[in-house]
Amino acid sequence: MEDQKTAVIRTVGAEKVYDMGKTRVRALAGVDFTVEQGEMVAIMGASGSGKSTLMNILGCLDLPTAGSYFLDGVRVETLSRNQLADIRNQKIGFVFQGFNLLPRTSAVANVELPLLYDRSGEKINTRKLASQALAKVGLGDRLDHEPSELSGGQQQRVAIARALVTDPSLILADEPTGNLDSRTSVEVLALFQELNDQGITIILVTHEEDISKYAKRIVELRDGYIIRDEQVADHRRAAVDLETFTPVAVEVEV
Amino acid sequence: MKSSRLIKIATQSILKNKMRSLLTMLGIIIGVGAVIVMVAIGQGAQSMIQQQINSLGTNLIVISPGSSNSGGVSGGAGTYNRLTVDDADKLRNESIFLSGVSPEIATRGQVIGGQGNWRATINGVSTDYQFIRDWDVISGRFFDQSDMRSNRKVAVLGMTVADNLFPGEDPVGQRIQLRNVPFDIIGVLAEKGQTASGTDQDDVILAPYTTVQTRLSGRQFVPQILASTAIPSDIEAAQEEIKAIMRESHGLAQWEDDDFTVRNQSDLAETAQGTTEVMTMLLLAIASISLLVGGIGIMNIMLVSVTERTREIGIRLAIGARGSDVLTQFLVESIVMSILGGAIGIMIGFGGSYILGEATGWSTTIQPATIFVALGFSAAVGIFFGLYPARKASVLDPIDALRYE
Repeated sequence: MEDQKTAVIRTVGAEKVYDMGKTRVRALAGVDFTVEQGEMVAIMGASGSGKSTLMNILGCLDLPTAGSYFLDGVRVETLSRNQLADIRNQKIGFVFQGFNLLPRTSAVANVELPLLYDRSGEKINTRKLASQALAKVGLGDRLDHEPSELSGGQQQRVAIARALVTDPSLILADEPTGNLDSRTSVEVLALFQELNDQGITIILVTHEEDISKYAKRIVELRDGYIIRDEQVADHRRAAVDLETFTPVAVEVEV
Repeated sequence: MKSSRLIKIATQSILKNKMRSLLTMLGIIIGVGAVIVMVAIGQGAQSMIQQQINSLGTNLIVISPGSSNSGGVSGGAGTYNRLTVDDADKLRNESIFLSGVSPEIATRGQVIGGQGNWRATINGVSTDYQFIRDWDVISGRFFDQSDMRSNRKVAVLGMTVADNLFPGEDPVGQRIQLRNVPFDIIGVLAEKGQTASGTDQDDVILAPYTTVQTRLSGRQFVPQILASTAIPSDIEAAQEEIKAIMRESHGLAQWEDDDFTVRNQSDLAETAQGTTEVMTMLLLAIASISLLVGGIGIMNIMLVSVTERTREIGIRLAIGARGSDVLTQFLVESIVMSILGGAIGIMIGFGGSYILGEATGWSTTIQPATIFVALGFSAAVGIFFGLYPARKASVLDPIDALRYE
């Protein structure tokens, strides 16, 4: 019980079986997985390893077909569609590979979006909260820029601000550096580490070994099983790497 | 979500696609505009017909011959003419509700005089006729009691006759021949225009009925008797009174049917209004079809928009929008679009009926109720045709929607 209280994430024998008519695909084969508050975990694995499925379940976008998933002590698989939506809104911040910002919509309006769906009634001054979140990721001067007017790194930082703005227990990042060049990738990772230093739990899904070295813990999946789960004793600091970074090609930020 | 936020989100997304939104709204704009113009024309036509009926005279009552009835077989209206000048006299002398009574002995004939000849209706009437028909004399005078008593051969010309026989000059004092009988022209009537059925009321010559009966028609019976009351509320009582007097005058026993018909103006008006109502309904039906087409246009675009914005819906669902939030967003979008289209349509309808009224001379009137009905209807179109696409959006799976390319 003690364990259950402090763990942000706990799955017990989580299984996911896709019924494809004739064949049944077992994407997750009974995963036991716990993440404590303040951890920064990289989930690795080749495509088809089940990492996307795990990610969807952890993000309350999907439910396990067997086993249990507790998020902040709440048993997720018993919840209704609307309750899942509310949990995604209040407890989880998503960062996607393709940024997934609304086009032709200003940065601040994009960041404000999750607050508009908030049902707790506590987040009143949504515009101000959104501006503060953008300032936190270093884009306080780009409030009214639309995604098309921002560089890839800046767009991803807007997405991170959108994930942060609801003050979630967990930030779930799915290949957050997949569309970025290497220097911008390190910049985004520096931002994640900074947020993690402030106590926010972060889960990164990636297939790049380089990226995973910035996490405190690496979990590797294959064929629906966890095959590696180890703490990284001496993880790399992105902020330090940035100082000595030798660019192959420098992205010009506009 | 608060409704103000919903409307804000919907308006933003409409403004993001200005051209497409405008084209989508076009169906509703044209539909609502057409409905308003059609209704305006219909109502204009009705008030015009009302005016024309009023131009027949105020509080007019028409007494016409009834049907013959031999052995239970009715011959239909007018088959048995027993109206006489005596009936008219009796009505004038005995009635308390009627303010004027005049026989109307109509005969058509060739008129010679002035610049040539003309064929017109010659109406033998009494002096009350001018009052009953509310008809002004613009030149000369109407005939009086002494003209009537002495069977004087005097005539008052309608405007059409005057224009044709005496173009550009005042016919008063001149002489015309009606069926070879010379008549002195003593007056010209003001223009009255056409009746609802298109008859030119000004193509007429009025003369004392006494003169017409003795000199022209020679018939004892009168085709119809016109009467009027001083105020409209007396009409019904007057009709009952007329029936009683007429039955007495014709010596009808209790079991016998009336051998005459008494009608008032509102009977005539109803017939005419019925026709325009059918016209208005027809036009309205056509306009409604274009509203329907407009609604289908909205549904079409909303469906395309749901597909096009699948990713956006995925993002919204992922960051915590409930299905109902997405449903409401798309529904509000379609309602805002159709109401906006409706509002533009109302403005165009106003402008259109004004221009049409100016260009064609038709009178067009727009009642405030039309506007509310049009707005309500376009909102209903928005809900009805927006519901299916909105529902489609709200049941999307967030994972599939996010992955959608």
